[in-house]
Amino acid sequence: MSALAALLVRDIRLAVRLGGGAPIGVLFFLIVVTLVPFALGPDLGLLRRIGPAILWLGALLASLLALDRLFAADYEDGSLDLILMSSVPLELAVAAKAVAHWLTTGLPLVIASPVLGLFLDLDPWPMGAVALTLLIGTPALTFIGTVGAALAVTLRRGSLIVAVLILPLTIPVLIFGVAAANTAIVGPVPFGPPFTILCGLTLISFVIGPVAAAAALRHGLE
Amino acid sequence: MGFADLANPSRFLSLAERALPWLVVATAAVFAIGLYQALLVAPDDYQQGATVKIMFIHVPNAWLAMLCWTVMSIAALGTLVWRHPLADVAAKAAAPLGTAFTFLCLVTGSLWGRPMWGAYWVWDGRLTSVLVLFLMYLAVLALWRTIEDPSRAARAVAILTLVGAINLPIIKFSVDWWATLHQPASVFRMGAPTIHPAILVPLLIMGVAFMLLFVTLHLAAMRNEILRRRVRTLLLMQAQAGA
Repeated sequence: MSALAALLVRDIRLAVRLGGGAPIGVLFFLIVVTLVPFALGPDLGLLRRIGPAILWLGALLASLLALDRLFAADYEDGSLDLILMSSVPLELAVAAKAVAHWLTTGLPLVIASPVLGLFLDLDPWPMGAVALTLLIGTPALTFIGTVGAALAVTLRRGSLIVAVLILPLTIPVLIFGVAAANTAIVGPVPFGPPFTILCGLTLISFVIGPVAAAAALRHGLE
Repeated sequence: MGFADLANPSRFLSLAERALPWLVVATAAVFAIGLYQALLVAPDDYQQGATVKIMFIHVPNAWLAMLCWTVMSIAALGTLVWRHPLADVAAKAAAPLGTAFTFLCLVTGSLWGRPMWGAYWVWDGRLTSVLVLFLMYLAVLALWRTIEDPSRAARAVAILTLVGAINLPIIKFSVDWWATLHQPASVFRMGAPTIHPAILVPLLIMGVAFMLLFVTLHLAAMRNEILRRRVRTLLLMQAQAGA
């Protein structure tokens, strides 16, 4: 357990001190949200209506940004071999790394989303709904993303292929995340059902992500 | 000859060499019967007219699009559990075929959709699921091409294939839910609960024909892949000897 905690703390510390993680992700998120009005026009009514969708798309893309470095840096400096050889189950080590990654890239996006919601003229209740669905949904994105990051760990041209592998798998999370957030604006369905399904998807990703990513790492590195 | 004998690549090659001519003939024959039945015998739909003929190509392609992923998933288990090179080869040979069948399914579907719905594409649940399946196939192809070493690529693709096999039903469910949320569900309803036998029989024959086509192409592609790997090994050995 202490090994996992050490891994978690180490990853968080690396992400915070090295830079390039959370601030860049949030900056990317901000830029995506800024670009949308240039494409659609500054009509606040329209932006308010599609605001949750824009925020979800921005967060989805931003959370993918740093994913290809999740295992690649450890692979390059050799610490991934140490993790593989340690007595800690690789699945748990992957999960710890994913949690650290989410804390340093996903959580800042969740925190930033209400502020960006102001740009889209979201009311407090939809803004809260977006933040809540992102809080539940972005861990799923990170955990699904670990599979892509693990598959691409030994590739030198990683980043784009990770996105190509992962984005189709994130569709259910996007569908139910946006659906739950949209119920706060105009919903043919109540908030409960899509939100609980989103929670379910996140729980599934907690299982599939680390197991598949650990298998990919074992097979990729031998 | 048991299953274990088949696992030997040389045995497999000789079997494939013997089976392929017969399979080609059988495929051509069943296609001839099926196309004759579908295009000349089967009646036009009372609503859709002659465009219903597209169904005889479209539906078998959709079946095969799903079958190919199933074949790839079984092969992926073979790769990961038994580490068998032949499973790698089977998975690799099935990927482009599945992509092609899915692509044909999408193209024929949109050609059918144009006269029926007035648009080449509508964001219907079924269409969207097939589009996502197509994207997944492309991702698999991309991964095959990015990793140079064939057996490492096979294991990476096997994991992606199995993750996809778990996720595809979830994606299908999500997309269906999403589609019913956004529009009335009755855009695309194929026929009544039962299809008339005059249409069903040609459809099933075409299904068998496409299945045979898949088996033939898959076997041929597996043979080519085995030979390609032998050539690669020989070249590597040659390069090492020369160095």
